[in-house]
Amino acid sequence: MFPFTYHRPVELASAHALLVANEEAKLLAGGQTLIATLKQRLASPSDLVDLARVPGLTGIAREGGALVIGAMTRHAEVAASQQVAAAIPALADLAGRIGDPAVRNRGTLGGSIANNDPSADYPAACLGLDATIVTDRRELAAGDFFLGLFETALEPDEIILSVRFPIGGTATYAKFANPASRYAMAGAFLWRGEEGVRVAITGAGQNGVFRWSAAETALVADFSPAALVDIGLDGDEMIADIHGSGAYRAHLAGVMTRRAVARILERGSP
Amino acid sequence: MQTLTLTVNGAAVTLTLDERTLLVELLRDRLRLTGTHVGCDTSQCGACTVHLDGVAVKSCAVLAVQAEGAEILTIEGIGSAEHLHPMQAAFREHHGLQCGFCTPGMIMAGIDIASRHGPAPDEPTVRAELEGNLCRCTGYHNIVLAIQAGARAMGAPSPVSSPAATA
Repeated sequence: MFPFTYHRPVELASAHALLVANEEAKLLAGGQTLIATLKQRLASPSDLVDLARVPGLTGIAREGGALVIGAMTRHAEVAASQQVAAAIPALADLAGRIGDPAVRNRGTLGGSIANNDPSADYPAACLGLDATIVTDRRELAAGDFFLGLFETALEPDEIILSVRFPIGGTATYAKFANPASRYAMAGAFLWRGEEGVRVAITGAGQNGVFRWSAAETALVADFSPAALVDIGLDGDEMIADIHGSGAYRAHLAGVMTRRAVARILERGSP
Repeated sequence: MQTLTLTVNGAAVTLTLDERTLLVELLRDRLRLTGTHVGCDTSQCGACTVHLDGVAVKSCAVLAVQAEGAEILTIEGIGSAEHLHPMQAAFREHHGLQCGFCTPGMIMAGIDIASRHGPAPDEPTVRAELEGNLCRCTGYHNIVLAIQAGARAMGAPSPVSSPAATA
């Protein structure tokens, strides 16, 4: 690791002040990606601002027609929450399949979406559920938040406070996990409700998570796996690496989406 | 440099260290608690698994400074040679190890599994829960049996009180 100065602020204002005062500062949430990145010397922040002691960033609450989850809430808490399981079971299921149990005990919702890894799970849930990302200065629709590979609409000194997931409709997450890392080789988060159908694909696109609009249109006309058979993603636009080619991922994303459709038809939810 | 106070296996520890120190480096290099192993150093293998405030974490993926004020439990803190923790006894009884390198992490993960799933986790549950703990010797058959037996033993009333019960 390159040297950095570590800060443990106990209020949001001091965390923000540290970001403003240190241009090369980084926020530390659960650290399950950032610490690995630091160890490989792929990042060299001047300062690490640990959000663990900042009050008000954790917890799960139902507010009106939405589930509000604090940015520093660990994956394990979301996975085990009866409240999440009752309101949006697909979200609890997704959280319980991130990484492994020890990673889920540290990793956080805010950290995952701020990093926007193209193979992360939570970005797909945010897009698929049309969530709202609440920061210290504004509210962003998920569709405006994820901009590309490891890129979000966050300002350098902006801090995510929570994510608001609307309750309603049925949803499911079909994921083909890399057997070693448990990252999604391709994952499809499917939502069906009164407003229509949303399909969010993670793990596959070169620009990170995306809505597969052709699949959505097809599923609105005919909600069945068969409706997707003739619709394909372009392999040239998908991630190609040692784990699989672009064509493989394009195919896999289609398979995951069809499985998600079949699951909703069978059970209504995961 | 930062000064840090935390509790390790029930004892208060205060020390000054470089911010870059990982929790596993604090345990092994500063406190000489070498039962916690470094395997992959990329948070995949689970050999470095310890409990932080009662839950399993990979100590190679936690900065020591993040553990300020926390309670850490390592393999050294759960039992002794004379009084093995029920999970340790189960690993011995069921031959849940060969070379032993992954064993401290497996046992700390096993105790975490028992604390969340109770005394009778079924085989698929244990196998899924071991996703983050790799054994490269011999496979998982006896490790799974050992964790099931250890969970049973932990659930049974025991005359031997163990630090893990309060961790």
